[in-house]
Amino acid sequence: MQQALLQVSDLAVRIGQGDGAVRPVDGVSFEIRPGETFALLGESGCGKSMTALSLLRLLPRPAGEIVRGSIRLDGEELLSLPESGMRDIRGGRIAMIFQEPMTSLNPVMTIGYQIAESLIEHKGLVGGAARQRVLELLDAVGIPDAARRYDEYPHQLSGGMKQRVMIAIALAGDPDLLIADEPTTALDVTIQSQVLDLIRKLQQERGMAVMLITHDLGVVSEMADRVAVMYAGQLVEVASRDVFFSAPEHPYSVKLFAAVPDSGKREDRLTVIPGSVPPLNQSFHGCRFADRCHRAWERCISEQPGWYEVNDGQQVRCHLADPAGTIPVERPVEAETGPDTAWSRDTADAEALLEVDGLQVHFPIHRGLFKRVAGYVRAVDGVSFSIPVGQTLALVGESGCGKTTVGKGLLQLLKPTAGSVQFEGQELTRLKGEALRRSRTDFQIIFQDPYSSMNPRMSVGDIIAEGMVAQRIGDSREARRQRVAQLLEQVGLRSEHARHYPHEFSGGQRQRICIARALAVDPKLIVCDEPTSALDVSVQAQILNLLQDLQQQLGLSYLFITHDLSVVSYLADRVAVMYLGRIVEEGSVSDVLDNPQHPYTRALLSAVPQIDQAAKREIIRLEGDLPSPSHPPAGCHFHPRCPIAEPGCSHSYPPVTQLSASHTVRCHLQ
Amino acid sequence: MIQPVILWTDALVFLLTAVVLAFALYARRREHLRAPWREVVRSRMAVASLVVLCVYAVTGLLDSVHFRQALEMQEGQVEVQYSGEVTSLLDLLLGPMRSQDEKTYSAPFATRLFTKETVIGPDGEKSRTWPRLKYGGVHLDDPATQKGPDIARRVARAASESMLLMLITGLLLAFLLARKWRQPLLPVLRAMLRGKTDIPWRTALGTILVFVMVIALIVNLSGAYHVLGTDKVGQDVLYQTIKSIRTGLVIGTLTTMIMLPFAVMLGMLAGYFRGWIDDVIQYLYTTLNSIPGVLLIAAAVLMMQVYVANHPEMFETMAERADVRLLFLCLILGITSWTGLCRLLRGETLKLRELDYVQAADAFGVSKFNILMRHLLPNLMHLVLIAVVIDFSGLVLAEAVLSYVGVGVDPTTMSWGNMINRARLEMAREPVVWWSLLAAFTFMFTLVLAANLFSDAVRDAFDPRLRTQR
Repeated sequence: MQQALLQVSDLAVRIGQGDGAVRPVDGVSFEIRPGETFALLGESGCGKSMTALSLLRLLPRPAGEIVRGSIRLDGEELLSLPESGMRDIRGGRIAMIFQEPMTSLNPVMTIGYQIAESLIEHKGLVGGAARQRVLELLDAVGIPDAARRYDEYPHQLSGGMKQRVMIAIALAGDPDLLIADEPTTALDVTIQSQVLDLIRKLQQERGMAVMLITHDLGVVSEMADRVAVMYAGQLVEVASRDVFFSAPEHPYSVKLFAAVPDSGKREDRLTVIPGSVPPLNQSFHGCRFADRCHRAWERCISEQPGWYEVNDGQQVRCHLADPAGTIPVERPVEAETGPDTAWSRDTADAEALLEVDGLQVHFPIHRGLFKRVAGYVRAVDGVSFSIPVGQTLALVGESGCGKTTVGKGLLQLLKPTAGSVQFEGQELTRLKGEALRRSRTDFQIIFQDPYSSMNPRMSVGDIIAEGMVAQRIGDSREARRQRVAQLLEQVGLRSEHARHYPHEFSGGQRQRICIARALAVDPKLIVCDEPTSALDVSVQAQILNLLQDLQQQLGLSYLFITHDLSVVSYLADRVAVMYLGRIVEEGSVSDVLDNPQHPYTRALLSAVPQIDQAAKREIIRLEGDLPSPSHPPAGCHFHPRCPIAEPGCSHSYPPVTQLSASHTVRCHLQ
Repeated sequence: MIQPVILWTDALVFLLTAVVLAFALYARRREHLRAPWREVVRSRMAVASLVVLCVYAVTGLLDSVHFRQALEMQEGQVEVQYSGEVTSLLDLLLGPMRSQDEKTYSAPFATRLFTKETVIGPDGEKSRTWPRLKYGGVHLDDPATQKGPDIARRVARAASESMLLMLITGLLLAFLLARKWRQPLLPVLRAMLRGKTDIPWRTALGTILVFVMVIALIVNLSGAYHVLGTDKVGQDVLYQTIKSIRTGLVIGTLTTMIMLPFAVMLGMLAGYFRGWIDDVIQYLYTTLNSIPGVLLIAAAVLMMQVYVANHPEMFETMAERADVRLLFLCLILGITSWTGLCRLLRGETLKLRELDYVQAADAFGVSKFNILMRHLLPNLMHLVLIAVVIDFSGLVLAEAVLSYVGVGVDPTTMSWGNMINRARLEMAREPVVWWSLLAAFTFMFTLVLAANLFSDAVRDAFDPRLRTQR
């Protein structure tokens, strides 16, 4: 076996003092070999980022402290180095890139200078030599026209470009190990695949090791050589990629795979991991996963599991893997059943509940002293679709394509510039004042961020009852209180939760409260604006199941706004793909996902990291970024990025082509 | 027989006290309102400042209960006549200090006047000397030898009294805590004295001890001596500084009370509705901000002065006249100082209105008024609170400066600014008359320092940005 590049043993970190002290990393041991990609996988709050920061000794001061353990880089102990020695390691031997490229760059310095800074520090290059090297680095990370970009400032670059610059800074010191902390989480799928490609390419060229921190199984599957699964401050499983994806050992890993939605699980309910990650300010006596584990028995609660080797290189922290232990008979997993499975997803012509025709939302751009209107941001530029009763339309697109604006525009939270929105035959855009207020009981919205969507100073009961009060539903306070209790139970919470405040709940629970709030006014349509993208995979499955159950029980229609295609295939009946304010392809789920016709849809589908590596597919890489909606490209909006564009594409916007009864596309080449 | 007098500022001070108490009762049952305050009282600095502020506040409140005492019945008089002089509860407590006026300056603890006078002795002989004071140290036959031991005796008595009082207070506190935590008395007492309790009771007791000591000293000494000397017209300086506390507090609190409705309402309206409402409000505060504040205050106060002088029939007593001017000063200070907070709140509202919970309320058809009251206002309150606490000390200082310039409170109102104004000429004197200035400075400094330290703690606990960093 090769000599390890980085060897971490029994690392433990404590944050804070006294009773409230949190131990985000508690006895973590692993090693990274030269040139390999080591993925650290886990849900949020598991201590992944803290592990990475402690490798560089960058824990938040003075609260954070490494309490024990050792970190050896090529045999040299990092924890005993003086701070000045650490500065040569940081950037020089180990470099790090962060999740949020928007805040990782200094906005008042040119990007060239920010890269050169690292060169000056670690390579002693100055002047022309440094500039030359920066240009080489910019070239290496795939930034076109490097000489011009050298003198630009971060705000002139897009998110993907900024992440490339961050990578260039990290590479400047020629590190042996690159730590990438969720490098693509803040980026869109098409950009994500560009950045992952780049990391893979650079790794092969330079032979450096990469430690990839992520929560996304798809990314792990595409990138990693070895995988470590982290749960509540400890590693629970380490294995090579192939072994991990073919035979995960730890019940947590097994459940993670089952919780990922895709079209194959469409007819069933998603497997959920009940509960959430335990808080790390307690001392554990048993297995940390025991209370969420479907195979836990008495021993799991009373005794901490050891670290066992099961196969070649596969190690697991679980009593099930103890060769000396006796394993109880596996209980049959009670399949969590939906309320009524007889309900069928019949897409046949149900009556349309909502009919949107030519919806436009333009925002004026004001310039100059007198705030003259200098132009318009065409956030939504002529969108038409309809949603039948009891069905789900998914609106898919990258960030900035206007999908959230569509949602707000049809709810009349933003005033549409033109077009019509007909709800049960009633024209919403012409409603005003009291009539509009009254009609709001029929359509509701669930937001992306469960943390900012509830007033922190109101109790949960008041939050849910607010809509009822405003719509005069429920005649007495007592009637409303009972309804709130009933709603809370309907979304899987307890009625006594009504007295609590939002900050006492986890992200998944908050999203349940938001759903209860929306249901309180008996809506017929709910706009779900990325309701699961801020949640972990295991919690996401809980929410998706809940939404599906509610649809079956109450016959709700959903407009499901998302960028996550795997969720689409699980939940939606119809899919509309948006690009730059317009729908480019629309059809039933099977039409669009299995037989995509628009080149953008194809690229989007191929860019999603797949867990199943066996089903190799041809990946279409899109170049560049989404153009600005204030200056959309002439002709077909997609033609500058389109891999199959023809000269004619830049002349006119393509008309709608009807491919089949349920499938339409807007492309000249169809 | 007394006749209660409620001055304008009294009424407002009582109203403010009632509001604060009502909020405290309301917040007691609401965890999210209580939590930051619990954070505040965990800091030792904040607890010590809080004790200081409480002592000042109690003094100010005692001084706000005003009444007129009945005059003695003359023969043949049927109706009770009341004195033209308005006194307060504090005046009664301070007792002799109020009436024991000397002829002119005397130094602290002096037994003789500060200036030489021609005195006609018992034998009819004229001499230039420092005459004995009428009240200060009058019980001593030979001040030169007796004064030292007499003061020492009184200080010792004050010390023993305060120790006894502290012992009782400490035990009582321990007893109450023991009952609340359901624990035996002794361990609670030990934890308290070792500073192991959650709320730093030891610090609180220490600060209380200092004040008990000071009060005991005043009680024991002020009857027999002028502890801080007397001023030009022979009034006790200590009495003046204590009376000035109310003026300082009134300016500091009522001004913010007057300015808050403007700042909060206009700031929220501008931020929430935007458009032309925003333009109008921004225009208003930008304009107001461009007028020099002192100029505006001077003009307003002078106009007020003329009005009061022309309408003597509207005011029954001198105190009422002085009080109206004090109130007017608060008003004009409030009008010139709401712009900063208003701008801050407008910005915060602009941010909050885009948050999902406001949008959700919109989607429910909640009325604009309810959105402002239920969703925006409670989430702005921490900013308001921080601004109020920080502004307080600035306003106390502003009063001193304005009175010094001559556009502050009425010359008959006792205030630190007036004291400083009157003492400034004496600074050039040889030997210098330093006690007036020093007394005003010390009292004001203590109040402002305590308010500043307390506002630091409040900001730390309430500012969400600071909170996440820790």
